[in-house]
Amino acid sequence: MTAEVEAAVAEAFHQEWGRVVATLIRVTGDWDLAEECAQEAFTLALERWPRDGLPGRPGAWLTTTARNRAVDRLRRRSTEAAKLREVAATAAVEASEDDAFGAGDSGVQDDRLRLIFTCCHPALPLEARVALTLRTLTGMTTAEIARAFLVTEATMAKRLVRAKGKISNAGIPYRVPPAHLLPERTGSVLAVLYLLFNEGYSASTGSDLVRWDLCAEAIRLARLLARLMPDEPEAYGLLALMLLHHSRRATRVDAAGGLVTLERQDRTRWNRGEIDEGVAVLEAALRHDRAGPYQLQAAIAACHATAADAADTDWTRIAELYRQLVRVVPSPIVRLNQAVAVAMADGPAAGLELVETLHASGALTGYHLLPATRADLLRRLGRRAEAARAYREALDLAPTEAERRYLADRLAETVPGGGD
Amino acid sequence: MRYVMFVCDNDSVGVPMEDADPAAWVREMDGRGVRLQGARLRPGSDATTVRVRGDEVLLSDGPFAETKEQIGGFDLIECDNLDEAIEIASKHPSARFGWVEVRPLWEE
Repeated sequence: MTAEVEAAVAEAFHQEWGRVVATLIRVTGDWDLAEECAQEAFTLALERWPRDGLPGRPGAWLTTTARNRAVDRLRRRSTEAAKLREVAATAAVEASEDDAFGAGDSGVQDDRLRLIFTCCHPALPLEARVALTLRTLTGMTTAEIARAFLVTEATMAKRLVRAKGKISNAGIPYRVPPAHLLPERTGSVLAVLYLLFNEGYSASTGSDLVRWDLCAEAIRLARLLARLMPDEPEAYGLLALMLLHHSRRATRVDAAGGLVTLERQDRTRWNRGEIDEGVAVLEAALRHDRAGPYQLQAAIAACHATAADAADTDWTRIAELYRQLVRVVPSPIVRLNQAVAVAMADGPAAGLELVETLHASGALTGYHLLPATRADLLRRLGRRAEAARAYREALDLAPTEAERRYLADRLAETVPGGGD
Repeated sequence: MRYVMFVCDNDSVGVPMEDADPAAWVREMDGRGVRLQGARLRPGSDATTVRVRGDEVLLSDGPFAETKEQIGGFDLIECDNLDEAIEIASKHPSARFGWVEVRPLWEE
C-alpha cells in the first residue's frame, strides 16, 4: 500500500515536477520560492495520498497545493502585500482553469517552454543555462547535475545560485521571446533539449539505464519548438533525431536490464510510427538545404532505422555523414563515432587507426566508450590480449550497471573465464 | 527597472565623428521616455583616481585600470526588463565600435 503510493508520488514527480515549478515561477516570479513550494507539495502528497487516496489529477493537485503554499509564505512576508494580492488573484482565476488541466497544451503559452527560454537567455553563461534548465525542469538534484557535468556539488550550487540571482536582479523576463529574438536563443535551447533527452536516454547516474519520462518530455518540447519556429530546420532536425532514437526504446535493454547493441536489437519491435514520422520530419528539414549537426545526426539515425537488418546498413553513407558532421562539430565524441562507422564501412583496422589517434590525443581520457570501442575493434582484429586489457579499462570507467554488465559479457567472450 | 549603461570606447580606434555621434540615439530614447539621464565624460587623461589606505589619501593620474578602453559616458535608462535594455543599448552607436555594459541599479 505505502510502496504503491510512494511509486505514484515518484511517478507524479517525474511527470509533473517541471510543470509545477514552471507554473509557480510564472505566478510568483520567485524561482527559489517556486522550488521550495513544489518540494513542499510533493512532501505533502507523500503524507496525504496514503490517507485520502490518489487524486484524480495528480498534476492539478500538486500545482494547487504548491500555489497555496506560495500564498501562505507570501502572506507571512508582510512586506510583499502587492505580490500576494497578485498571486492570490491569479490563483482564483486559474482554479477554474484547473478543470481543463491536462486537456492539452496551449502551444507557445506552455510554461515549461517559457522556462527553457528564460534559462537559455544569452545573458547567462552557457553552462549555467543547461544546468538551470535541468534543475528547474526535471527536479534533478544539484548533486546529480554536478555529477553529469563532472564538477563538484559546491561549484554547481554556486553556478545555479548565481544564475537565478542574475535572472531576478538583472530583470531577465520570464517568457518565450518575441520572434526577432528567437534565433539567437535557438542554439542553446536545442542543446538543452537534446541534453534533456540524452539524460533520459542514457542516464548519467544511478542503476536505471533510461528514464523515458525525460525522453518523452524532451520530444514534446521539441515538437512545440519546431511548431514555434517553422523556418528553423535544426529544430525539425532535433525532433527527427529524438524520434528516431526513441523508436528503438523497446529493444535497447533486455528483460534483465542489460544493454542490447544496435546490431543485436530486434528490429520488428522498433516503433514504425516514430520512424516514419522521424524520416518525414527530417526530409522536410533537409529541403531547407541548411544541414546542421542535428539534421546530420538524424540522417545517420535514419540510415539505421530504415535498414531491413543490421547487415543491410548503409555504412558507407553513414561514414560519409560522419565526415560532414566532424566538419561542423569537431568534438572527440563525434570523432569516436566516426571511427566506429569507418570500421564498419572500411574494416576494423581503418577504424582502429582513428581511435588510436583519439586515444593518443588524450581528449577522451576517463570516458568509458573510448576503451570500449578500442576493445571491440581489437577483438575483431583477433588481438585478444590487448582487447581484454581495454575491456577491463572500460569496465572501470562505465557509469551504469547495465553498461558494466554488457562490457563484462564481452570480456568473458574475449577471454573465456577472464571476466575477473 | 533602472539600468546604467556604461558606454565604452577604444581610444586607439579612429571612428568618423558622424558615425559615433549619439545625438540621434539620445533623441529616440528621450522620445520613448526610457532615457532618464546621461552624460558624456571627459577622456581618461583628465581623470584622477582616489584611494584611501589607512590615513593616507592616495591620488593617481588617470583611470585606475590601465587599459586603452575607457568609459566614454553613461546613460540611466528605465525600461521593462533586460531584453528592452539590451535593445536600447544595442542601438547606441558606441556598441558598434566599442561596447556598452548594462548594469541594473541596486533596487529593493
